[in-house]
Amino acid sequence: MSDLAQAQPAPSLPLAESDTLPTRRVKTRTGIRTALRGSLSVRISLIALALAFLALVVLLPLAAVFAQALEKGLGAYLRAIRQPETMAAIRLTLVTALLVVPLNTVFGVAAAWLIAKYRFPGRNLLITLIDLPFSVSPVISGLIFVLLFGSQGLCGQWLSDHDIKIVFATPGIVLATAFVTFPFVAREVLPALQAAGNAEEEAALILGASGWRLFFRVTLPKIRWALIYGIILCNARAMGEFGAVSVVSGHIRGVTNTVPLQVEILYNEYDFVGAFAVASLLTLVALATLVVKKVAERFQSARPEGGVR
Amino acid sequence: MNVRVEGLTKGFSTRAAPAVFQADFEAPSGGITTLLGPSGSGKTTILRIIAGLESADAGRVLVAGEDITSVPVRKRGFGFVFQSFALFGHMTVRENIAFGLRTQRMPRDQIDARVAELLKLVQLEGYGDRYPGQLSGGQRQRVGFARALAPRPRLLLLDEPFGALDTRVRLELREWLRLLHEATHLTTILVTHDQEEALDLSDRIVVMDAGRIQQVGSPNEIYQFPATPFVASFIGSANVLRGRVSAGHAQVASLSLDVPANTPDGTAVRAIVRPHDIRIERAGNGNCVRSRRTAAGRISRMVNLGAHVKLDLALTTGDTVTVHVARREYEGLGLVAGESVLVDLESARVFVEDYVI
Repeated sequence: MSDLAQAQPAPSLPLAESDTLPTRRVKTRTGIRTALRGSLSVRISLIALALAFLALVVLLPLAAVFAQALEKGLGAYLRAIRQPETMAAIRLTLVTALLVVPLNTVFGVAAAWLIAKYRFPGRNLLITLIDLPFSVSPVISGLIFVLLFGSQGLCGQWLSDHDIKIVFATPGIVLATAFVTFPFVAREVLPALQAAGNAEEEAALILGASGWRLFFRVTLPKIRWALIYGIILCNARAMGEFGAVSVVSGHIRGVTNTVPLQVEILYNEYDFVGAFAVASLLTLVALATLVVKKVAERFQSARPEGGVR
Repeated sequence: MNVRVEGLTKGFSTRAAPAVFQADFEAPSGGITTLLGPSGSGKTTILRIIAGLESADAGRVLVAGEDITSVPVRKRGFGFVFQSFALFGHMTVRENIAFGLRTQRMPRDQIDARVAELLKLVQLEGYGDRYPGQLSGGQRQRVGFARALAPRPRLLLLDEPFGALDTRVRLELREWLRLLHEATHLTTILVTHDQEEALDLSDRIVVMDAGRIQQVGSPNEIYQFPATPFVASFIGSANVLRGRVSAGHAQVASLSLDVPANTPDGTAVRAIVRPHDIRIERAGNGNCVRSRRTAAGRISRMVNLGAHVKLDLALTTGDTVTVHVARREYEGLGLVAGESVLVDLESARVFVEDYVI
């Protein structure tokens, strides 16, 4: 009976195109802007104030980083970076980020999915726990792991019996970084998931989609820019984290120093070119993050469906 | 593919009344069965339970005699059209329609052919590469229909499919659905709060209120013989007059109407009469026999509605009734506002609590 193929030409439809295409909504903010604009002098002084503040707090330090790094020329800059200890720090930071970011991406999406789609006991607790790393001082985040896995810590005896080293070694740094950067992906993805609603997922289910197909073909495309944004923020923090890592690292040169820790060490040894050269790398990561974020935001607002659902 | 719903009960909160209580009805194979009721009456909940999007607390759903209560949503093979369209916003129209075919692992060339067929069916040839955001509301819902129909569902479930559309588009699409159904006879269950839509499209109407089924019947039965005061006032317009039983008759306004034997005196009753079922006569004309079903009143307001004229009457007892008089009859009577008239309420139906005569 549902054989539409045979019945296809039957209904000749009275569908005149009486419903019209959606016109791109043009935001007419001009009216509000005019009303709130105030006098010219107020405007100019406010803009000047904002720019001056920005220059003093953001642009000047940014320029100073690169100026200091390149003070003795490009050669000295490159030599400073190529130092074995610095190279080891860069390697450690990359390894940490490479482990932490995928881990937190999977956990973050899973947690956000759980919170957005299901009602279960402990849901509110989970929401609170996701925010915990944001509300706790990074130093304490690091200390938690020392207390847990340090030689005097809860699991210390057992770990040393089995010859497993966590604190003052790479596992500790990865753990501390993972803890501190856990909220980024979950926090970005959750609102996107909640805003997107369940209707498309329900439609996909009725059309026979499996769980994986539903996630990768329907849900993921809806949240992809929020996810990318979360990932780059997570990455930026994973590479730049100082406090928690400082506590668990032990500052063993060439072994447990990450890039931010290396910057501190070089600076304390009055190797300003070295310190700022390494710092400039982190700054470049930050700038790249901002560029990707900007691009992600643009794509998010320029999606073909334009948020008309 | 006949669908039977048996004793379906669903509550969303232990504190509130159940959204659906003990719902029983049958949707005959090849017909359109409509769940009609005000918002919050539980009609969408029933549809979602049939689709498998919600689970029932009690009761079961039988499709072609088979209990599908424990069959997962994606294995049911139904088509579902959402009020909010629920199109995949990041996919083109073509990809949207193909989605249900891809999950069936249909070969590519067959998918392409089927999608082209569906695009033709919903008259959106040439729109295949657009995104839903680039379509009008009516076009989007046509994509919604095409997507639901593409995998040849054995049952079509429509959740207020025209609810988000402008009146004109809604009428066009309704007419299109009617023709489509005449051509395919795909068993369809429609949820709507629009009585006109229900009367127009349905083979069978299930009227719901507050989670309970009020009446199941053909559009004609529902309209002409409403089983409860709710049905009478929800389907079409109706005058409701309240009164009590006294001396074996319902005393409503100045009327004395029949009630079932043995109805105790003092029982509250409601008399319901449709505006166009009331006959009107000029008072003092002499032709109208004053009977226990006739009431006297005065025309307080007249509104010209084109095909008929709507009269508001103030009865001598203080009740008001609305009467629809056909234009020709109105002109023949030459009524004027403020005039005294007699109305014949012979077709009034009296409801005594759960009884109806």
